[in-house]
Amino acid sequence: MTGTSTSHRLPSYLDYQGKYTGIRAWILSTDHKRIALLYLYSQIFFFLAGLVMGLFMKLELIAPGEQIMGPQTYNALFTVHGLTMIFLFIIPGLAASFGNFMIPIMIGAKDVAFPKLNLFSWYLFIAGAVIILIGVFSGDGPPDTGWTFYAPYSLKTNTNVVLSVFGAFVLGFSSILTGLNFIVTIHRMRAPGMGFFRMPLFIWSLYGTAWIQLLATPVVGITFLMVVADRMLDIGFFDPAKGGDPVLYQHLFWIYSHPAVYIMILPAMGAITEIIVTFSRRTVFGYKAIAMSSLAIAFVGYLVWGHHMFTSGMSETARLVFSFLTFLVAIPSAIKVFNWTATLYKGSISLEPPFWWAMAFIFIFMIGGFTGLILGSVSTDVHVHDTVFVVAHFHYIVFGGAGIAFFAALHYWYPKMFGKMYNKKIANWSLIGLFVGFNATYMPMFFLGYMGMPRRYYDYLPQFADLNLLSTIGSWIMATSLLAVIVNLLRAKKLSHEEMDDPWGGRTLEWKIESPPSLENFEEIPVVNHEPYELIEK
Amino acid sequence: MEQNHVAHTEHFDPVASKIGMWLFIFTEILLFGGLFIVYSVYRYNHGVEFHLAAQELDVTIGLINTIILLISSMTVAMSITALQLGNKKLTLILLTLTILLALIFLVNKYFEWGAKIHHDIYPGSEFLLSLSKGDMLFFGLYFFMTGLHAIHIIAGVAILGVVYVKVKNGSVNQDRVSLLENGGLYWHLVDLIWIFLFPLFYLIH
Repeated sequence: MTGTSTSHRLPSYLDYQGKYTGIRAWILSTDHKRIALLYLYSQIFFFLAGLVMGLFMKLELIAPGEQIMGPQTYNALFTVHGLTMIFLFIIPGLAASFGNFMIPIMIGAKDVAFPKLNLFSWYLFIAGAVIILIGVFSGDGPPDTGWTFYAPYSLKTNTNVVLSVFGAFVLGFSSILTGLNFIVTIHRMRAPGMGFFRMPLFIWSLYGTAWIQLLATPVVGITFLMVVADRMLDIGFFDPAKGGDPVLYQHLFWIYSHPAVYIMILPAMGAITEIIVTFSRRTVFGYKAIAMSSLAIAFVGYLVWGHHMFTSGMSETARLVFSFLTFLVAIPSAIKVFNWTATLYKGSISLEPPFWWAMAFIFIFMIGGFTGLILGSVSTDVHVHDTVFVVAHFHYIVFGGAGIAFFAALHYWYPKMFGKMYNKKIANWSLIGLFVGFNATYMPMFFLGYMGMPRRYYDYLPQFADLNLLSTIGSWIMATSLLAVIVNLLRAKKLSHEEMDDPWGGRTLEWKIESPPSLENFEEIPVVNHEPYELIEK
Repeated sequence: MEQNHVAHTEHFDPVASKIGMWLFIFTEILLFGGLFIVYSVYRYNHGVEFHLAAQELDVTIGLINTIILLISSMTVAMSITALQLGNKKLTLILLTLTILLALIFLVNKYFEWGAKIHHDIYPGSEFLLSLSKGDMLFFGLYFFMTGLHAIHIIAGVAILGVVYVKVKNGSVNQDRVSLLENGGLYWHLVDLIWIFLFPLFYLIH
């Protein structure tokens, strides 16, 4: 297979010259691969911005009392940190960048179903980001409500809430259109022979994600518009003084924002599946179970939003039902973890960097998952609600899970996307640093939360000092390692085509084409006549 | 209907664009769905005030607007059939008629809102703030939901306007109807939402 690819190679999508040149060749290109890179670069930019904000917060918490900022600055910082990380980095997440790049290639198509709409989604994404940025730097200061914009405080505060909320609405619109595009692409653009049950599991996870994006986002969209109307037109949808109900806001917000957690984590799980299958050199264990568990998570994820509101005022019955449904999510999640482990069993495991990243994901994700059970059960949640325990839990899931999977996917597909290979030793060492730093940062917060340290305060009681100091030092190790990861990727070197086209021995379609791919991915649309991940003699 | 038909330079798949449009319509329904939930909760909380406030609305003008939208839905559906049969001229006439009906709807809406505002009933007005909580919420919802619907009418007019131009210059024609069909679907959605708004605000007593 590699012998034929050297004979003639089309110019790659990176080198291709269309009618535009320079930056316009990127921001006006409807090629899904270029759009994917636009997303990738913007997401990493926002991630680094959010990281710096996180570092400042941790620095403030290094010791009790005011260190480098007052309470108002701290409130603004955790709000904007949340907005940036959630709406600008991890909700577009792996879907917008790696999904955009890989969906057409993995299903054997030349592009997504609606390439122009795809580019338009990126414009909306950037527009939303700019609106949020304007909100941060103009008016009466950045919002200080937390990323959840809970009413009635979000209606009362003098800070610039309207622009941030409206920016989040625009970002939601972008997310909806991406999801719509992916669903139609997966239904209509699969290559001949590529049945639904021959699709790579990353595609299945993105399919589930796309439905959540499509069906959950409009609800939060209209809720955000109601907050804007409350503030600008003085309507009072969520203002108790005018008859509104703030708890209703929480319901509407979490009807989207809990499924949004699955928008973040499902593509991550899909990418991890791809990595584990490739590096265990076996076919996947339980293909259908993994595929269906993605849809099951997407479905059950809709019905659990109430577990964010156990202390907000709900009937006892509602709390028990939501708690029970929350436990149900553990089943499909565990199906995935067990199937990953079973895939490794008796595999001829190849210990390359993406594999180690996937292992780090599983370890951290399991801690995040188990602590989720503590929060999902009503009696224990009441005790740790609104403490840093919750903060630790969702950082284990969202950063340690989805975030690490993002970098795992980056290491896995980097040779495919850029035709370059990074230094594997540095990749491994920076992962070890990140793993140690991550656990040093967030593990103490479980204990602090259990001891009663509330979240979202710039100050704390003296008995929490030691663990907070450890957490702050951990954040430095983590940030340094992340810097090493990025520098290492940027310094990646070109290798020969033979070495780059399929460096890992992958079995999905993207490894059968050139690295980096040509403009139309395939010279001829492939015909798929084997099961997914089937080992084929080369 | 060939499955997986792949064109090389220009990809045109009418089924895909129709699926896309239906998915988009789902999201629009969910967008208004959030508002319907809010409406139901507050109607439950403030039943009597909602009942009394609803009597302030002008049923006649609401009914006229309902009929206008229903007819416009018919004309847009007829325009699709006309184009499928290859009658471009009739298509253009029916599209013009649809857009005109939409504009009449907006003019009626303008007078209806104008009358309310004239009586000092608008979100944040001192008079409204002096009324009961149920009144504030009812009129808040009334202005917000009919306003959002009016924005959709304007968007629909814009879409049908684009379709009109494309039918006229021939890029939407008997063999490539899907843009007109999708425009029509969107217009039916706008009509459908009004069909729910009308009883919720004007008729339920």
